[in-house]
Amino acid sequence: MSTVTVQLFASYAELLGAPTVELPLTPGTTVQDLLYRIRSLPGASALPSAPRVAVNRSFAASDQLIEPSDEIALIPPVAGG
Amino acid sequence: MRRASVITREIDPASLINEVGSPQYGAISLFIGTVREVNDGRSVTAIEYSVYKSMADAELERILDEAEERFGVSALVVEHRIGLLGLGDVSVAIAAAHAHRAPALDCTRYVIEEIKKRVPIWKKEHYVDGTREWVDPTRTAQASSV
Repeated sequence: MSTVTVQLFASYAELLGAPTVELPLTPGTTVQDLLYRIRSLPGASALPSAPRVAVNRSFAASDQLIEPSDEIALIPPVAGG
Repeated sequence: MRRASVITREIDPASLINEVGSPQYGAISLFIGTVREVNDGRSVTAIEYSVYKSMADAELERILDEAEERFGVSALVVEHRIGLLGLGDVSVAIAAAHAHRAPALDCTRYVIEEIKKRVPIWKKEHYVDGTREWVDPTRTAQASSV
C-alpha cells in the first residue's frame, strides 16, 4: 500500500507533536478521507471540524482526490501581515 | 519590477520604493505592517513568524497576478519577514506604483487583505507574563461577533 506524507505547521504541528505524519493511501482517497484518518491520531481531536488542506501548494476542496506524489499540508488559520 | 519574497532579514521600505519607482508613475503607495505592543488586551513583547515557504511563495505569486489583473499595477513589490520580531519591527511591506494614485492605493489594500486571508504564515505572540500563544484570527473574529 502506498503512503502519503502530510505536513503540519504552527499550532497543528504542536497538537500532533510532529512536523509531518505518514498515512496509508488507498486509491480514491479524497481530502475528506484523509482528514478522517488524521483525526484518529494522538492529539488530533483538538483540531477544528474542517481544517483547511493544501494539495500541491493550493487550497483544496474536500472532494479532491489525493495521489501518492501530492504535496499535502494541513493549514492552520493564517495570521500573516 | 514585480516580486514577492518571504525573508528573514530586516525589511527596508525605502528599497521597495526604489524598486517600483519610475518616471512613468505619478504615484507610489506603500503599506507597512509593524509589530504592535498590545493584542486582545495582552501586552506583547515579541512575535515569532513561521511559514510554509513553498506554498506562501505560490500564493503570493497568485495574489500579485490578481492585483495586476484588477488594478493594472505591474510595479509591485512585497516583502514579508519571518522569524522573531520585536515591537515596532516591520513584518510586511508592500509598494505599488502606477501612473495614478487610485490604482496604487487600491492595490496595496488588496494585497495586504489577501495576504491576511490566504498566505500560509503564522504568528506566535510572546507576552509579558512569559506565556506564548498562536494567533488565530478566526477565533478572534468569532469572539468579537458575539
